[in-house]
Amino acid sequence: MARWIRNGYFLLVYLFLYLPILVLIATSFNASKYGTSWQGFSLKWYASLFDNSLLVDAAIRSLIIATLSATLATALGTLSAVCLYRYRFAGRQVLNALLFVMMMSPDIVMAISLLMLFIVLHVQLGFWSLLLAHITFSLPFVIITVYSRLSGFDTRIIEAARDLGAGELRTFLRILLPLALPAVAAGWLLSFTLSVDDVIVSFFVTGPSFEILPLKIYSMVRLGVKPEVNALATILFLVPLLFVTLSQILLRRKK
Amino acid sequence: MRDKSLFKFLTIGLLALWLGIFVLIPNLMIVVTSFLQRSEEHFVDVLFTVENYRKLFDPVYFGVFAHSTLLALVATLLCLLIGYPFAYRLARLTTRWRPVLLVLVIIPFWTNSLIRTYAIKTILATKGLLNTVLLALGLIDAPLRLLYTSSAVTVGMVYVLLPFMILPLYAVIEKLDSSQIEAASDLGASRLQAFIRVVIPLTLPGIIAGSLLVFLPALGMFYIADLLGGAKDLLIGNFIKNQFLDARDWPFGSAASVTMTLAMAVILLAYYRSIRRLNSGGI
Repeated sequence: MARWIRNGYFLLVYLFLYLPILVLIATSFNASKYGTSWQGFSLKWYASLFDNSLLVDAAIRSLIIATLSATLATALGTLSAVCLYRYRFAGRQVLNALLFVMMMSPDIVMAISLLMLFIVLHVQLGFWSLLLAHITFSLPFVIITVYSRLSGFDTRIIEAARDLGAGELRTFLRILLPLALPAVAAGWLLSFTLSVDDVIVSFFVTGPSFEILPLKIYSMVRLGVKPEVNALATILFLVPLLFVTLSQILLRRKK
Repeated sequence: MRDKSLFKFLTIGLLALWLGIFVLIPNLMIVVTSFLQRSEEHFVDVLFTVENYRKLFDPVYFGVFAHSTLLALVATLLCLLIGYPFAYRLARLTTRWRPVLLVLVIIPFWTNSLIRTYAIKTILATKGLLNTVLLALGLIDAPLRLLYTSSAVTVGMVYVLLPFMILPLYAVIEKLDSSQIEAASDLGASRLQAFIRVVIPLTLPGIIAGSLLVFLPALGMFYIADLLGGAKDLLIGNFIKNQFLDARDWPFGSAASVTMTLAMAVILLAYYRSIRRLNSGGI
């Protein structure tokens, strides 16, 4: 009996998590425009999605920003984590405090603070401001991920490398980087996800010259139901799912 | 040794420069702006005033903050009520399906939260799934007006933020030592007593962490209120956004931001204090 209740409860929670997405997917194949009644299977919303170059362009821009910002944030974050781990210097506490402020401050506050900065510096709101903002909000997450991995290591390997004549750069490239690699990869993935998922910061720091997907969708769905958006949401939901399933299958095979 | 100082100098310099330009200066700008006066031509006039902070206590604005805080609290409580039994049962499952079930909680994360909010909107719409089902079952006679209400905003928050509650809870419950619960029942505690006196105190760090991860973003997610709540259900996030983009009152918006950040800092500090106290043995 208890088991039935438990399974039923699981089912309810998963239903709550997935039903809206599933309805969206079903609607994307519905010939009817308003999705209130089923009028037959149709791919026409997919056709009109790919005709709508504005949406496709925005999706490509989102991917470009996510890839670039994740890569740069990971590079900068890994170097920073190594430097915070290796060196004791004046002002280290200040840097730590600033990282804490970043993690703590609400998205909206970070968004307006960066908006003010870009306006004062006369940086045009668009590609560069968006990229800089995304690198900035991903940075603390990379640093924490890599730092926590590094702090699990035996510091004697660094001493050994130094005794054998390796310089700082070489120790970093040959010893620390390979050891921290899983955390570096995790940091990249985390940054990528944060960038793709962000609405609030992007909303403030980009302009009409460089509109990315969440903002495009935002302006579209505020005005009403757009069946193309259902088609796009379906693709955006299924593609990562496919990737993960494939990588899991490949990993199992390897074993 | 030249090489050491160069590498060290460059890495520290890069990090310091980045944090200085993109964190320290922008945050200082907000604090300074919050004490300045609004100007029609140049965003601000350089005249010191505390008027912006006084204005926050105007009943009109104060009402918005109180309402937003209340909505965030309700959403947090709902997430906890839904998420705790779920995480508890999930963490104690013995099947090999457990990792799969956990990943299923994470997968919705990969879809942009704006799209998920839009999905909720299609369910709650007048001719949406929920109304259709309720009508078909004969539970209601006319479609309910579900959208553009405070409840819709709360449902949207719970939907988007629930995984943030489940994951930290799962992490602490998984580490729970079941021998402690057995010890409690050996000593004569009923199941409910064991739960209240043993399980809840031991999982408190997860409860607090999950609640913070839900409560803090729930104050600022202006797009949820925009899509599900219509014009009247303002969150603090909507308020700040309006001050900056529509009303063009940067000083007032900045004052609200500073207050919000300080409130969060107080909550987080209390959190770290309580964690430290928990870790040092006392419950």
